[in-house]
Amino acid sequence: MIDLTTQYLGLRLSSPLVASAGPLCEDVGHIRRMEDAGAAAVVLPSLFEEQITLESDYLDHHLSHGTESYSESLTYFPDMGSYNLGPDAYLEHFRRVKAAVRIPVIGSLNGVSTGGWIDYARKIEQAGADALELNIYYVPTDPAMTATHVEDMYVELVRDVKASVKIPVAVKIGHAFSALAHLAQRLDRAGADALVLFNRFYLPDFDLERLEVVPRLTLSSSHELLVRLHWVAILYGHIRAGLAVTGGVHEGEDALKAMMAGARVAMMTSALLKRGIDHLSVVRAGMLAWMEAHEYESIEQMQGSMSYRSVREPAAFERANYMKVLSSYALPTQGSPGAGDEPIWD
Amino acid sequence: MGVVTAIDAVPGSTARRSLVTVDGNEAAATVAYSLSDVIAIYPITPSSTMGEWADQWAVEHRPNLWGTVPTVIEMQSEGGAAGALHGALLTGALATTFTASQGLLLMIPNMYKIAGELTPTVFHVAARSLATQALSIFGDHSDVMAARATGFAMLASSSVQEAMDLALVAHASTLEARLPFLHFFDGFRTSHEVTKVEQLAPEDLRAMIDDDLVRAHRGRALSPDHPVIRGTAQNADVYFQARETVNPYYLACPVIVQSAMDKLGDLTGRRYRLFDYAGAPDAERVIVLMGSGAETVQETVEHLATRGEKVGVLKVRLYRPFSAEHFLAALPSTVRTLAVLDRTKEPGSVGEPLYLDVMATVSEAAALGRAPFGTAPRVLGGRYGLGSKEFTPAMVKGIFDEMGKARPLGRFTIGIHDDVTHISLAYDPSFSTEDPATVRAVFYGLGADGTVGANKNSIKIIGEETDNYAQGYFVYDSKKSGSVTVSHLRFGPRPIHSTYLISRATFVACHQFSFLERLDVLRPADPGAVFLLNTSFGPGEVWDHLPRAVQEQIVAKGLRVFVIDGNRVAREAGMGGRVNTVMQTCFFAISGVLPRDEAIAAIKHSIEKTYGKRGEAVVRKNWAAVDRALEHLAEVTVPDRATSVVDLRRPVPVEAPGFVQRVTARMIAGEGDALPVSAVPCDGTYPTGTAQWEKRNIALEIPAWDEALCIQCGKCVLVCPHSVIRAKVYAPGLLDGAPSAFKSAPARWREFGDARFTLQVAVDDCTGCALCVEVCPAKSKSEVRHKAINMTPQAELHDQEAANWTFFLGLPEADRQVLNAGQIKDVQLLEPLFEFSGACAGCGETPYLKLLSQLFGDRTVIANATGCSSIYGGNQPTTPWTINRDGRGPAWANSLFEDNAEFGLGMRLALDKQAAYARELVTRLGPALGELGPALLAADQSSEAGIAAQRALVMRLKECLRGLAGPEARELACLADALVQKSVWIVGGDGWAYDIGFGGLDHVLASGHKVNVLVLDTEVYSNTGGQMSKATPRGAVAKFAAGGKPGAKKDLALMAMTYGTVYVARVAMGGSDAQTLKAFREAEAYPGPSLIIAYSHCIAHGYDLRHGMDQQKAAVLSGHWPLFRYNPALAAEGQPPLQLDSKAPSLPLKSYAYNETRYTMLAHSDPETARRLLEEAQSDVQARWRMYEHLAGLTAAGTAPEDKHD
Repeated sequence: MIDLTTQYLGLRLSSPLVASAGPLCEDVGHIRRMEDAGAAAVVLPSLFEEQITLESDYLDHHLSHGTESYSESLTYFPDMGSYNLGPDAYLEHFRRVKAAVRIPVIGSLNGVSTGGWIDYARKIEQAGADALELNIYYVPTDPAMTATHVEDMYVELVRDVKASVKIPVAVKIGHAFSALAHLAQRLDRAGADALVLFNRFYLPDFDLERLEVVPRLTLSSSHELLVRLHWVAILYGHIRAGLAVTGGVHEGEDALKAMMAGARVAMMTSALLKRGIDHLSVVRAGMLAWMEAHEYESIEQMQGSMSYRSVREPAAFERANYMKVLSSYALPTQGSPGAGDEPIWD
Repeated sequence: MGVVTAIDAVPGSTARRSLVTVDGNEAAATVAYSLSDVIAIYPITPSSTMGEWADQWAVEHRPNLWGTVPTVIEMQSEGGAAGALHGALLTGALATTFTASQGLLLMIPNMYKIAGELTPTVFHVAARSLATQALSIFGDHSDVMAARATGFAMLASSSVQEAMDLALVAHASTLEARLPFLHFFDGFRTSHEVTKVEQLAPEDLRAMIDDDLVRAHRGRALSPDHPVIRGTAQNADVYFQARETVNPYYLACPVIVQSAMDKLGDLTGRRYRLFDYAGAPDAERVIVLMGSGAETVQETVEHLATRGEKVGVLKVRLYRPFSAEHFLAALPSTVRTLAVLDRTKEPGSVGEPLYLDVMATVSEAAALGRAPFGTAPRVLGGRYGLGSKEFTPAMVKGIFDEMGKARPLGRFTIGIHDDVTHISLAYDPSFSTEDPATVRAVFYGLGADGTVGANKNSIKIIGEETDNYAQGYFVYDSKKSGSVTVSHLRFGPRPIHSTYLISRATFVACHQFSFLERLDVLRPADPGAVFLLNTSFGPGEVWDHLPRAVQEQIVAKGLRVFVIDGNRVAREAGMGGRVNTVMQTCFFAISGVLPRDEAIAAIKHSIEKTYGKRGEAVVRKNWAAVDRALEHLAEVTVPDRATSVVDLRRPVPVEAPGFVQRVTARMIAGEGDALPVSAVPCDGTYPTGTAQWEKRNIALEIPAWDEALCIQCGKCVLVCPHSVIRAKVYAPGLLDGAPSAFKSAPARWREFGDARFTLQVAVDDCTGCALCVEVCPAKSKSEVRHKAINMTPQAELHDQEAANWTFFLGLPEADRQVLNAGQIKDVQLLEPLFEFSGACAGCGETPYLKLLSQLFGDRTVIANATGCSSIYGGNQPTTPWTINRDGRGPAWANSLFEDNAEFGLGMRLALDKQAAYARELVTRLGPALGELGPALLAADQSSEAGIAAQRALVMRLKECLRGLAGPEARELACLADALVQKSVWIVGGDGWAYDIGFGGLDHVLASGHKVNVLVLDTEVYSNTGGQMSKATPRGAVAKFAAGGKPGAKKDLALMAMTYGTVYVARVAMGGSDAQTLKAFREAEAYPGPSLIIAYSHCIAHGYDLRHGMDQQKAAVLSGHWPLFRYNPALAAEGQPPLQLDSKAPSLPLKSYAYNETRYTMLAHSDPETARRLLEEAQSDVQARWRMYEHLAGLTAAGTAPEDKHD
């Protein structure tokens, strides 16, 4: 019997497959199906502090706009009893999910102010979260802001939130840092129980006909896994916090690679959006088949087995790898299996 | 000296009753809702909020007195509501309704039935004027007086407290008396006055309502278990006797009502009588009246009586059945002169209704020797307060003075200057009865700045946090954008009976600096009053920026002046342009009504209560505004004399025509009350084209043109809701003498050679909505945010652009005959004959009307249903429909809400008949007209050129006729213009077309006559504040659909198509402007009836209207609004008459709908229902698209075109 269990955020999970925060997790029915298909835990979509504020302002503006101006139409909308604004709707969803499934449910929070983070973190804890993921989605557009300042902000947030909740706290970050390993260590010391690598930032695209900037949501693909593998492998063993891979996990093999790099869990969203919730069971089966064929007994056996410090040639993770790839790359011939693959320097 | 007070303000047991601050509508609705189980409603100003409350409470599952939630149903019209109510009543329901004005008139047929069948019910009416020479939304008793013959008992309330108390008396009495009751109070003055009242407790209702009587009513219900038949037809033998059977009920009713009043008095301490007398017990002069004016008379009487004057007032509460006995008993026996005041007009009558009743009562009593007085008093009849005309203590004093004369006027009016029939009474306007202990505050605000909301809030705070009595009344202007609001707040230790505006204020606040230049804001300021001004100028610099007239008043009246930069404080607190909270805080700080800390705490608490459910962020920013406000408030050191060289702005420019100078300008300046009768047209006929003279200057930013980038496509001109952005093409030589800042570019029309093109903005008329900028497709290649037009701060451009506009107007209009009206690019050059309306900034309706005016305006007659388009299209003082240089332009009229299609058809019939008769006359005159006759009869008028040619022929005809004698020549001279084709447009909103006017619309479409119907579909009753219509889409929240509309939008287009003879188009300018243009032209060309249903984005949709056109596009892409044209003319050619002009839905409905608050607020308030309704609506979209696709493949015979030879 192959043992797929893993330890993440102090939770014993039945497998490393975790459904990460995504639109599918907005529906209790979907989450039930994820559980049935083999998800070992689920991260609910982020509670965006900024969005709450925006929604409040928007609603207030449009309920007030044009009112009390003209005698016949002093208002334009009925006055509703309540609007489920703020975290209420999110927390209500959380409670319903908790009641509906047995697997651990992890809350996710995206805040902009320290006060907001702490307040909402507590509320999510009270709603029954088994753990909390801080989804730090921050784009430092201000040229006056230094890297140190940004990193300090992250560390402070983690420290504050950790001090205010008892449940384990994971931190989800992007990879655009000049000294990621150092930051990881600082977050670790600030009390992060896990690091989730990496956030995928939705990047704006250009509409050439209308000359407009348009938001574009692209789903991940397996090749995005590589940067995660890279950094999990580097960080593994250097920090106390557990590691999680999110982004680019599409097949059983992807999940296995994540484990070997040193991750405790492999999170999935895009693959489920593309191929349906039941794809989870395909991934799980793929993992089992590979492990069986290669006579692995447990996930824990392989975790970190191909990390920086466990491979024969750690230089492969460093600059030397870059040189090697450059020198080995040949232009694909037409129709060859490699055609269409993107060169790494693109 | 003893003064009898009408209602002894002796509180009864108040332990279980709370003091609440509500308006008259809410006061009445609270009782009506609790005592009903079926409520049929329909919106009409000023009663709409009663129905809205009922609907909202039902949605919130608030139970009635018997613990069950009433059923509330919106009907398609007031006629429908009355019909439904009649049925519910006969089937045993306790049923009620709310209405006003024409709505009540539509109920009258059923009211006769309901009364004739002795059915208990109460109709609550916010009494309003009737549409006569003009519509008026304001208050008087014309509507209820029109219903006085129905057999309903009529009970009048004169204050907010009474609206609540007498509502209960009416509901209690109707059950016992078996007479239906019409309970009314004055529209706006009472329905919208916010006052602190004692809320009746459920126990009060319980005590007043006899369940045995309820069961008796139910026992009379129609039921197959004990069947009866009602509503039979009677013959000459018994109808008369049957009509007399009800007499005992009418005779018994007054005693029943009095006993209910007494019972209420025992419960609450507030004692009412059928006729309440107040004043000197030995009064010789007594005024008789009903409604809110009675409060003002009482206030004046008490003032005069304490000074020894023998005056009194008799308030009529139960008007029908009129109890002569009670009336006479209530009058002091010393009375020598009675003045009976009616708030209505019955032209041609000996006198108004109440006067006639009193006259008959007094003279009959005198004749029979039953009078309490020795000599029968002289009875005078007067009219006052029509259409909410102010009724003040000064006027009351004027009436008493007249009554004291040896030969007083027998019939008079008060409050106006009648220089035509000379029956108006003069009075001294400076007479005042204001209580010195009452604080009187007047606030001038913009609709958009939240002033009224904040003041309603202040009244609640003062009413509920202090022992003060408090009253708030709010005056709005007639524009929907940039509108000025004036709030009148009174509070003090003694009860407030002042049902008139404040003319002697102890506090005046001006929330917009620019008002100082155009309104006399300090006119109401009493000597020594406080003046609070929102201005960006600091306390040291503001003085020099005040207009001279303002400075003079400050000095002369010794005012204390405070300033605050409210806009800056609001902006910094995240409140945008809403200075409400900032100014409210300053008011509390200065007025000292509460200790400062308590006031701040109360404001903050009230903010939390009001905005808490909209989220913490909203509360926080309001709190921040409160905290910052006080730091920025400063007192100004007032110099001892006026020094300013700045003058008030003229209301209209000097070049405006005479009527505008004499009449319109005074109305604009807020001096319309002073216009004499002779100044006002006697039949409601006014000149068009007056909006151009009212320069409102309300935009903070205006579009500025970059001529180098502009591709001259005309889209901005097309979408501009206010016709303020215009294009002209002209010869280059005409630029001589142009202002230096006047811009032009080479015209991009091959046919115009080296002509120049100018895009010009009317800076004083722009509302700054930015629709034009959003729709502009031309972007800079080096910085894409820069377009060919860009919103730019207005102040620095103002003078230059005003001069440019004047020059631009002087340039010639393009020759219509050479333009191709089939392309948008050319349409921008057609002169709009609809301009500068008072519609909301960014209105989605007006671009269609402007297009109509550009295409057909010089030959159009418009029938306009009541609603937004009749208000921005026809509300005084200025109106937007205008004329071209030849003096031609749309002739416009509004009849009613419900009859517009028929009204327009009537116009068509008249025009057709006149044209036919004129053609007959041409034929009859035959040889005398020479070649002219056949040319006139054969003219092809299908093009601009054809029409121009025919006009030229008609001119020749008129010349020719001048030389001819005989009646036929004279007849033809009078009707010659009928020989030029006319276009009839029937315009209205979805409330009219889908609901109240649908029956008529259906008939007109079926008639086959050539009329064009334009439905401006905002999917909601916009004008009355966003109530659901049958055009409201599934899942959208609207009033009367607070839980989201459960049913799908009615497909009016499909219904019209089924005739097969109606041209039908569904258009959305933002979806395809070319298709819109095509539809308008095809509709006009089609020889039968046409129907265009135009998607009109609306303020009631809840998003920034600058994105209106994008949202229209999304509506089309999502399939919510498929574009198509159904042209029966194609059927004749064997082609499918239905052409789809948009593609299959490609955008999820959610991506369209969830841009709008009307949908998202349901997602917030009831996510489950929102999700379900969205799913259903998405299915609707798919199903409808499939059906249309199928229909588009069919010919009229129901076959696919390729099958037609089969």
